[in-house]
Amino acid sequence: MAFSIPWSSLFGGMLLGLSATVLMLFSGKIAGISGTVSGLLTPLEGESSWRAAFLSGMVLSVLIVTPLGFVLPDVSDKSILLVSVAGLLVGFGARLGNGCTSGHGIIGMGRFSKRSIYATCVFMVAAIVVVLIRRLLGVLS
Amino acid sequence: MNLSRSKKSRIVIAFISGALFGSGMIVSGMADPNKVIAFLDIFGAWDASLAFVMGGALLVFTPIYHLVIKKRKMAISGEQFAWTNNNSVDSTLISGAVIFGAGWGLAGFCPGPAVASIGGGSNIVLAFILSMIVGMVHANQYLAGRFPLPIVGYRKSVCKATSESVKN
Repeated sequence: MAFSIPWSSLFGGMLLGLSATVLMLFSGKIAGISGTVSGLLTPLEGESSWRAAFLSGMVLSVLIVTPLGFVLPDVSDKSILLVSVAGLLVGFGARLGNGCTSGHGIIGMGRFSKRSIYATCVFMVAAIVVVLIRRLLGVLS
Repeated sequence: MNLSRSKKSRIVIAFISGALFGSGMIVSGMADPNKVIAFLDIFGAWDASLAFVMGGALLVFTPIYHLVIKKRKMAISGEQFAWTNNNSVDSTLISGAVIFGAGWGLAGFCPGPAVASIGGGSNIVLAFILSMIVGMVHANQYLAGRFPLPIVGYRKSVCKATSESVKN
């Protein structure tokens, strides 16, 4: 099987790295999405406006990439019940573990933070095991 | 005057980096749950392309962090850096990562791609965001010692948890 470098994944990843760099270099903040959302739920003085602005930028980013030919995938075949259960777990786990794929996986890993390296390895393994279980149960769509 | 200018630039910078982040999520394919599941399905038809997402992000962030950001006392805006030098790998971190990973493997959604996908008009994405927020409220309440969990009950060491949850 021929392997080709997935350029859009690499380029998209570099955009994520650029975003994390810009936010940290200019404002000293961590571009972790679960932390940004959760920080708005328990607001601290001076920490809400940048979070709201960051999330607005994320929501509106679809307007930038759509004219460039990148479309959001159709997810209408997913079970809303399954997705909701997953959402509860993701939100709860991300807060308990103090970060998600962005905060731990990019910023923490890039900083060589011990906590983030552990967290990233653990959530990768957990996700791989859940996918394997779903495959074995024959419910992997 | 100075203060309000720096506040404005903070908001503009946050907006720009949010737009970059959201674009990166969509361009990279992370916003496609089928692609995420294929990436996690290492015992099946493994699609390794999303490994390049984290690789690309680290390729940009890691050198700039270690060569530039780490050497500075504060950010360009004059603010302190928000990271902690907490190195303790505790049970809260690990159990959180297990629960997060389980949810991620269940549906292929994680917070970043979901927020970037809000504009796509899918009620599936909205259901994920809403239940994710509910999950976060539960975790914040538990970490603050106000909400008991099945089996483990209330959280004991509350001081550490609240100071920790402020960061990131």
